[in-house]
Amino acid sequence: MTQTTGTGLSPAAILAEIRKNGVTHVVWLPDSETNGLYVLMKAEPSLRLVPVTNEALAFSAAAGLSFGGRVPLILIQNTGMMDSGNSLRGWAIDLSIPVVLMVGYRGWTRHGVTRDSAAVYTERFLNAFGINYYLIESDADAERISTAFEEAQRTGRPVATLIGDEYHGFNRPEATSK
Amino acid sequence: MIEVAEMLKVFQQHRGDAIVVPGQAGRHWTMISTRPELDVPLIPYPAMGGGASFAFGLALAQPDRKVVVFDSEGALVMYLGILATVAEQQPKNFYHFLLDNECYATTGGQPVPNAKATRYDALARDVGYPSTFAYDRLESFANSVERMLSAPAPAFIALKVRAEIQNAPVADRRRWATRTREQVRDDLQEALKIAGGR
Repeated sequence: MTQTTGTGLSPAAILAEIRKNGVTHVVWLPDSETNGLYVLMKAEPSLRLVPVTNEALAFSAAAGLSFGGRVPLILIQNTGMMDSGNSLRGWAIDLSIPVVLMVGYRGWTRHGVTRDSAAVYTERFLNAFGINYYLIESDADAERISTAFEEAQRTGRPVATLIGDEYHGFNRPEATSK
Repeated sequence: MIEVAEMLKVFQQHRGDAIVVPGQAGRHWTMISTRPELDVPLIPYPAMGGGASFAFGLALAQPDRKVVVFDSEGALVMYLGILATVAEQQPKNFYHFLLDNECYATTGGQPVPNAKATRYDALARDVGYPSTFAYDRLESFANSVERMLSAPAPAFIALKVRAEIQNAPVADRRRWATRTREQVRDDLQEALKIAGGR
């Protein structure tokens, strides 16, 4: 059984945070949680979507964007994040890139029981790299995204937000109009 | 085969005010370049395979200025998908040079998979780079460099270069970086007048 948090998380709330924090480019690779957000981002004129074929490339592309004075957001799934540890280390942490990662938390359940090792290792992975993170489960949590942006700018380090709403409707088209 | 240093001397004459991400060619480029504030040599190197993607990000961020990257074939095949991303985004200011020495030179010269047979310019052309070139002689390169740097971008220039194999322990190798990575970033952002750059 999956526990719910009440309101759920709407892509519109995420997009509002992205706009509020001046994101110029979303470097991304699709995951099972973000298609609803993709539809909204594609229609947002202030954003340029930059699709990559491997999450490791997201970190180096974001570093180039940041060196060039832009504000990238990295939108990936936890599986791909774990696949790209060396790129995260070299291109984001070592170059002091103040970038926010928005990470689809595949397998997340509030009660902690999951059969998905992608979820089991997500926070352990972030802790191993010393990356702070904030859990986003509902619209009430969305302002933590701004907290992550502020922290990234202040510390010159990547900061993660974990989107833990896979089973609650975040990916449903009707959720975009919440 | 082309000598990398000789090729860079030719390129320097046509570089203009392009941003240059020199990659492994940095050991030569830092002694040849006359615009170091627009060079982005990152030493220690952040992570193999990301140089083209980094330069591509710079090109998206600074669309009114040419961005040149000197990539290497071992790095490119590590994340070959960057070609598709570049082709999809079509940055009109991105010039992707590939220095193909057919081996992993910095680790002792072991061969890159399928080193002698892969035609990287053909890969780039077929994926959608509007301009692609390939040279294995310096004279041919020198005669064409102006044309390739004014060709519709993204452009891909594959160069067969002589391998400069390094086999000494890393600690014994010549240190060629003249600036820290932080200084490189700050110099670039100052030159580009990027406000509030870290």
